[in-house]
Amino acid sequence: MNVGLDIGSTTIKCVVINEAKEIVYQSYERHKSRVREMALEKLQELKDLLAGETIHLSITGSAGMGISQTAGFPFVQEVFAGAFAIRDRLNNVDIEIELGGEDAKIVYFQGAIEERMNSSCAGGTGAFIDQMATLLNVDIDTFDEMSLKAERLYPIASRCGVFAKTDVQPLINQGAKKEDIAASIYQAVVDQTISGLAQGRPLKGKIVFLGGPLTFLKGLRRRFVETLDLDEEHALFPEGGQYYVALGAAIHAGMQKESYTYDEVIRRLQLAMQTKEDIATLKPLFKDQAEYDEFIKRHQADDVAYNDLSTYEGKAYIGIDAGSTTTKIVVLDEDCRILYQHYQSNHGNPVEVIKQQLTHIYELAPQLKIGGSAVTGYGEDLIRSGFRVDDGLVETQAHYEAARYFNADVDFILDIGGQDMKCFKIKDHAIEDIILNEACSSGCGSFLETFAISLGVSIEDFAKKALFAKHPVELGSRCTVFMNSSVKQAQKNGATVEDISAGLAFSVVKNALYKVIRLKNKDEIGKEIVVQGGTFLNDAVLRAFELELGHEVIRPSIAGLMGAFGAALYTMKRHHETSSLLSYEEVKNLTHQAKPVMCQGCNNHCHLTLNIFPNGRRQIAGNRCDKPVSGKAKTVELPNLYTYKYDLLMSYPDITDRKVTIGIPVALNMFENLPFWYAFFDSLGYGILKSGKTSKKMYIKGQQHIPSDTVCYPAKIVHGHIAELVDRKVDYIFYPCMTYNFDEKISDNHFNCPVVAYYPELIDANMDVDHFLYPYISLNDQASFEKHIYTYLRQAGFKVSRKGIHEATNKGYAEYARYQEQVNLYAYKAMQFARANHKKMVVLAGRPYHVDPFIHHGISDLLESLGLVVLSEDSLAHFVGYEKRDVINQWTYHARMYNAARVVGQNPDMELIQLVSFGCGIDAITSDEVRAILQSYGRLYTQIKIDEISNLGAVRIRIRSLLAAMKEREENDESSTVY
Amino acid sequence: MSQVPFIEFTEEMRKDYTILVPSMLPIHFELMAAAFEKHGYHCVMLKNENANVVNQGVANVHNDTCYPALLVVGQFMDALQSGQYDPHKSALLLMQTGGGCRASNYVRLLRKALSESEFNDVPVISINFTGLESHSGFQLTPPFLLDILYAFLYGDFLMWIYNQARSHEVHQGDSKKALDYCMDYLLRLLNGKGFHHAKKRYREILTVFNQVELDGKERIKVGIVGEIYMKYAPLGNQHLEDTLVNEGVEPVVSGVLDFAQYCLYNMQIDQKLYGSKALGSIASKVLTHLLAKKQAEMEETIEKYSRFVKPTPFTEVIKSGEGVISKGVKMGEGWLLTSEICELMNQGIYNVVCAQPFGCLPNHIVAKGMMRKIKDKYPQSNIVAIDYDSSASPINQMNRIHLMLENAKMGHFMHEE
Repeated sequence: MNVGLDIGSTTIKCVVINEAKEIVYQSYERHKSRVREMALEKLQELKDLLAGETIHLSITGSAGMGISQTAGFPFVQEVFAGAFAIRDRLNNVDIEIELGGEDAKIVYFQGAIEERMNSSCAGGTGAFIDQMATLLNVDIDTFDEMSLKAERLYPIASRCGVFAKTDVQPLINQGAKKEDIAASIYQAVVDQTISGLAQGRPLKGKIVFLGGPLTFLKGLRRRFVETLDLDEEHALFPEGGQYYVALGAAIHAGMQKESYTYDEVIRRLQLAMQTKEDIATLKPLFKDQAEYDEFIKRHQADDVAYNDLSTYEGKAYIGIDAGSTTTKIVVLDEDCRILYQHYQSNHGNPVEVIKQQLTHIYELAPQLKIGGSAVTGYGEDLIRSGFRVDDGLVETQAHYEAARYFNADVDFILDIGGQDMKCFKIKDHAIEDIILNEACSSGCGSFLETFAISLGVSIEDFAKKALFAKHPVELGSRCTVFMNSSVKQAQKNGATVEDISAGLAFSVVKNALYKVIRLKNKDEIGKEIVVQGGTFLNDAVLRAFELELGHEVIRPSIAGLMGAFGAALYTMKRHHETSSLLSYEEVKNLTHQAKPVMCQGCNNHCHLTLNIFPNGRRQIAGNRCDKPVSGKAKTVELPNLYTYKYDLLMSYPDITDRKVTIGIPVALNMFENLPFWYAFFDSLGYGILKSGKTSKKMYIKGQQHIPSDTVCYPAKIVHGHIAELVDRKVDYIFYPCMTYNFDEKISDNHFNCPVVAYYPELIDANMDVDHFLYPYISLNDQASFEKHIYTYLRQAGFKVSRKGIHEATNKGYAEYARYQEQVNLYAYKAMQFARANHKKMVVLAGRPYHVDPFIHHGISDLLESLGLVVLSEDSLAHFVGYEKRDVINQWTYHARMYNAARVVGQNPDMELIQLVSFGCGIDAITSDEVRAILQSYGRLYTQIKIDEISNLGAVRIRIRSLLAAMKEREENDESSTVY
Repeated sequence: MSQVPFIEFTEEMRKDYTILVPSMLPIHFELMAAAFEKHGYHCVMLKNENANVVNQGVANVHNDTCYPALLVVGQFMDALQSGQYDPHKSALLLMQTGGGCRASNYVRLLRKALSESEFNDVPVISINFTGLESHSGFQLTPPFLLDILYAFLYGDFLMWIYNQARSHEVHQGDSKKALDYCMDYLLRLLNGKGFHHAKKRYREILTVFNQVELDGKERIKVGIVGEIYMKYAPLGNQHLEDTLVNEGVEPVVSGVLDFAQYCLYNMQIDQKLYGSKALGSIASKVLTHLLAKKQAEMEETIEKYSRFVKPTPFTEVIKSGEGVISKGVKMGEGWLLTSEICELMNQGIYNVVCAQPFGCLPNHIVAKGMMRKIKDKYPQSNIVAIDYDSSASPINQMNRIHLMLENAKMGHFMHEE
């Protein structure tokens, strides 16, 4: 008998085949991280079948590596195991796609055989789908059924689970249909497979789909088949696809010389179960029960007072926090005592939750006089409009209000919620600095919850298990995806659920302290610390935090309700005469309908969700500008450098009436060099075709040629631009490699970043482009440029003369100068306008290509709609000269940001927001430096990380936090002014 | 406006300060530390690899900074905190290349981290290709430089021979003993006669290694290429060479002087492409010639006096990449990395681990970006790119290395029929 054991990250699969290679047994179960125990139990279960037989046994799967080593059984890598099975059971397969719990694999059988696995930064697997189903609060079967009823697809970032979540959560909050979201999540998995795994190699021919998710999930299959445009003959979903890898291991076992008796197998597995390998462990959270009791007692001091709602006669204040995964409500009396509180998972429908709760409150206390109401959080706009809430405030403000109540001297607030982490540093009673977690450091509450559920434990029990764990495991502290694999590693080595739970508590804390706050020494975050957010209700997390920090902190008993509590305090301070909140009758009769619509306002065709309330009140979610709200173009137009620069570049008309046409991709550095090359080739007498405006369609067209899934989004877009030019049949595509940029005399050197500099080289290697011109050239020195471009063009067969090149070069430089002058002039006028009209200015500090609306996702329009004049980094850089920096200042684009930051520092009516592309390694250097420059002027630093994610929910919060802090600072300044 | 002070390494400090160097190339740097001693400095190569190294790195540099920077800074901070060295009597030394990659910021990042810590008076000495800072207590005199060069030559030599010997040794540990013996010999030699007469020394080293009994069996060879720190530093790549040896395959790791020649060569290319200063180009020609000559001695000796395979001359490596990648790609490992992979393929070594920091910018182009072209040219190529990161899990990395290994071992099986 040949036994194959496939032990993956979440499941254990076993297949037994006989000499004739017939399957005599197969099973598929979740192992809930009892890896070694389950392996032993499985073989014990098979006693009747195997006892007395000669057994060959091979193990495969990522979690099987450790056990195969200790037990001394042969190991076969899972991709190979799958390939063995396919070769044995199916004919003429060209490609295998297998999705597992945490790995995705692809094998090409035709031509040069090739196997690939997803890189570490890539979701799109079973665990990801599980997480998403949990987020939608449905089981996986329901999720799958729902997906089949979808009517439309939303764009969801497919990079990894964390990113996708950032897209999915707002969709839920905006009331998008779960059916549509489910199908969109599947589509994201498909896109991830195509871009992350296929990486340019076409998915054609007969494709077999294997692994649990592709066996069980019909909706996922459908998305694959439709996206790859496969017919029945070319899409194979073999019977028992989830067993294939185990089957392959069994076949592998059959090829091994070594065999075992049944007792020997059992003996080895028993041995493996007892062997625990060394894993890094941490100190237990609590020594004993007594220490725990003392801890609990200390924190009880921060309990709030309560009053009886049903008998209360005074004015009441309602605070609502419509958070990302949960909705919280607090009702306060005039003395800030709590009359009512509620905390619940909003299950994707905050409107319904709040409707029920308000109805409930009105019914409990018909006598209640509402003095005011306020809402904060992700769902703020929706709820405020739906329920006519009096006030809306940004989360940061709400949390500070609340923390101040518990400790008037609070100088540091750390809030860890479901998927957001927020830190506020407070100085002189004003928020001095705000740090929000990035998608890539998001080890927050919902991660713990999802993880608990995957182990089959409730989050409460999971937290309790941690308290007295003897050897908490040292797990990583990066993002969810990495933590998952660290947990997997620990499980492999036999860590218990208790140890993992405690280890995760430490991870969450370390993630906050070292990755988000980036604490260097423990004193710098102050002494008066208030921690809050639902995650801190977990005693293990709180304890881990105190242990790691080395001193005690305040955790209010209503840690999970602080946003709502702060909102209630806020509305109380506003002293409304009457509250506009919907009355009992109105709430009771509230019907709410969510409808997806596509905005026709402009080329972006944003997907919007229209929430329709009775009396025709409508609330649009997902909008980037005011157009869909007001039904017309912007009512007030403010100067916006981003729009101006983009329009200016787009205004260069194509020249199509010449013999030879050169295509120019308007991407990366071409966003700035276009005027030069345009005038240059125009002067030489060539036609010019620019690639069109970036769109999702264009991006998808080039997506399959992207070789590195962690490269920045602006670079990924290049592929689409090239593909479009190829389709338009230009004679040549010109896209030079530029190691050096212009030397603007504000930096120590004048490089482009490696990606900008050499992306043409990558295009040449990964896309089939005839007549692709990508000379290595520098524009910095005219004489040298002329010499080199002449030689290059001659060699490429262009009949150019030295004189012609010289003239063209002159025209190129002139045009580039003209472009810059126009930008500078516009910036000057914008500043004048702002000052004359008392508008604030915001410098969006990015790179030239960030003006592409597809890259900045409408952020500049959003700022404009908030009444801000938008400036760009390049338009300010020339106001100040060179200054030595603490980092090597050697990239032209980035040097401009440093200068812009200095200009902002010197002008109180300007603020700076740095746009950072995910994956931009240079910005790891520049963001710290820009922050340091701003801080040296006592100014706030705000960063927006952009990627494929197109939802502006989180961005709005950042911008509004900045505005709120600006306003607060202004007010404080006024109050402190003596004359 | 600069906020981070420059702490000079003064003549005074030279007497009783210990210069700490990171463990990037364990063999080379150990020899280099000895060269420092000879020229009147106290120098120690760090060996700390505990969890605090990573923690310190995470706390002291930006999360998204490349992993090597994080490790280097972390290793220094951990060492200063360890109590093993007096922080008031320690200086730190970094070697780096400069250029358009963000990695050229290591020294600045380290200084920044130090200035924000309790160790704000610890001087940092940087040895690089793009301009030396002046430290009155630290001078790279020609004889000193020559000894450092020799340290690297012997380092490359030993690393090359050792990897071959230990993959084939009959008695486990024999090669390590030979290595230790040779290291000891070289260190003693340095303080006596000096590092010169390399050809003779190579022969002596080969005599030692020739005594290691080898099994003579064919082994699968696996090339290691990558970002320079991740390629060499065991702290970074989690002892990748050892791992491969334990898996029963032979790691093939080319010498670091190839990288030095690549850096020099780029000056010539810069002049050709952009018309930069001719002086650098001329100096570069002289130096590359010198290095090539020194490497040729090494190759000849290996061929003549041992059973071992000799390394490929750099001039050949340069040619290997032609037609695949332009030599204008000069940031990070640039065209060298692609050329090294192609050279391995030309040698019949189709299995390659490309070790890179997570999110490495140049590697988007020169590693992942070139895979398709390499696959087209060498259909048998079996390359696995491993991303290293502060919390990437070793199990995921191992799983991918296993995939590559099994492809190497069983690839032929899949091709049957």
